Amino acid sequence: MRCENCGEREAEIHLTEIEGGDMVTSHLCSACAGDKGLESTVPAETEPLADFLAQIGEGATDAALAGVDEGCPYCGTSPQDFRRTGRLGCSQCYAHFAPQLRGLLRRVHGATQHMGKIYLSQATDLSDPAIRVATLKRRLERAVEIEDFEAAANLRDQIHDLEIVESR
Amino acid sequence: MSDAPVIDGHGLHWLDEEGPDGEVVLSTRVRLARNLQGFPFSVRADVEDRDRVLDQVRAAVESSDVLADPELWEIRRLEPVDRIVLLERHLVSHELIGRADEEPPNGAALAISEGRSLGLMVNEEDHLRLQTLRGGLQLDTAWKEVEQLDEELGQRLPFAFHHEFGFLTSCPTNVGTGLRASVLIHLPGLVLTKEISKVLDGISQVGLIFRGLYGEGSEVVGNFFQISNQTTLGKTEEDLIDHLAKIMGQVIAYEQQARAVLLREAPNVLEDKVWRAYGILRNARSLAFDEMMNLLSGVRLGLTLKLLRTPRVQTLNRIMIFAQTAHLERTAHRRLDDSDADVFRASFVRRALATDEEVLASEQKAAEGGDQ
Repeated sequence: MRCENCGEREAEIHLTEIEGGDMVTSHLCSACAGDKGLESTVPAETEPLADFLAQIGEGATDAALAGVDEGCPYCGTSPQDFRRTGRLGCSQCYAHFAPQLRGLLRRVHGATQHMGKIYLSQATDLSDPAIRVATLKRRLERAVEIEDFEAAANLRDQIHDLEIVESR
Repeated sequence: MSDAPVIDGHGLHWLDEEGPDGEVVLSTRVRLARNLQGFPFSVRADVEDRDRVLDQVRAAVESSDVLADPELWEIRRLEPVDRIVLLERHLVSHELIGRADEEPPNGAALAISEGRSLGLMVNEEDHLRLQTLRGGLQLDTAWKEVEQLDEELGQRLPFAFHHEFGFLTSCPTNVGTGLRASVLIHLPGLVLTKEISKVLDGISQVGLIFRGLYGEGSEVVGNFFQISNQTTLGKTEEDLIDHLAKIMGQVIAYEQQARAVLLREAPNVLEDKVWRAYGILRNARSLAFDEMMNLLSGVRLGLTLKLLRTPRVQTLNRIMIFAQTAHLERTAHRRLDDSDADVFRASFVRRALATDEEVLASEQKAAEGGDQ
């Protein structure tokens, strides 16, 4: 079946929507579906890293990606280096390549936002209390979610103490 | 005499554990990828960077409470055969030890806890790869063990962390949690009933991947599959662990069903296959590794279906580790070419199986004696 939108590519996404009581099914290719902001929840079976790396290569001629012609200012990793090795050179690369990385991460992981453990180093402890309270609150939510009430009580105390310090 | 460190039985404690679901699951591994702030990732790090990373990690490891009496071995200080021994124990990766014909990468090291298989690789693809290995299906226990180490080291070392992307890793496929949990599972029932491809397809549709015995790029031998989470970002560590545990529960149930079907539908064929496998292992004078693995698979299946009374499952696990070439070379105190290794392997296996037969015979004798 051809895509209803472009009429060129094979339809891969079959979307059923309820519009004013009628059920409407649209058949779209993945490119058109992507343009319409639809994303399949089924992970792509292709090699996402290879796709992404190919995309970065194309990016060199694409005005929208012009900004990443430059390598990472901290370690010098270029888009070509990344395409060749599949590896980033330093933690700053993540900030430098962030716009392209989000596309890749969405395809590889289906998400871009980390939801796991929040890292609090000793250095973070001493820094901005607002950041610390926010991260502790996120940890508290997690603790309640997994019914680790001992940890939750502990976190609640820590948040309480910090909020008192802050309000002084 | 060489002053190279002695690696003894390090990292093998899981072998003696009576792990949950041990009839199907051999071992559980959890690893966390971490990098240090202020240093380029390993791929861009120069010799000095790598040495400084190792120095920082060494200080943190030596003062660790979580790692009891840790050993920290620089790979280049180990005897070449011992580097492969560690690889055969799944404690280090190919990347960490480097190619056999080259000097090991600078600053590459393994830290490991005394009495446990908990430890970390240093200067691998990421600066730190925290890891543990447990017998049977123990995802929760393994995760908690590694997390405890992560908490402690994170206070002593500045980890690279980003508010959006989480723990930063050299390869974006590991970013976020940096967590890879994997289960080494034995699925002869599904292979023999030809259901395996359906199950593996299903696994890949729920965000998991499978590999062979030695991880990425390795072949499946002896019906052992390593199944792990594919994604590391966008979910909590507990969700990733729970999801894998849930799917593993289903795969174990399918495997048990398949074994029951085989036993019901083709008992004679199955029994013959199992005993032939045992007969070859018990008598062969030369055994290639892959051949041995396939035969061990048959014997393991026979044991769990109670078609065989010996050997013990732990003996099979030990054979899988100690009958690998570098382990045999270490015992032989010399390099072994392939045909020599096959002869040593066959001899090792015969002795291991004979020992269990003797133990069983003496137990039976003692029991008969007790009856009189």
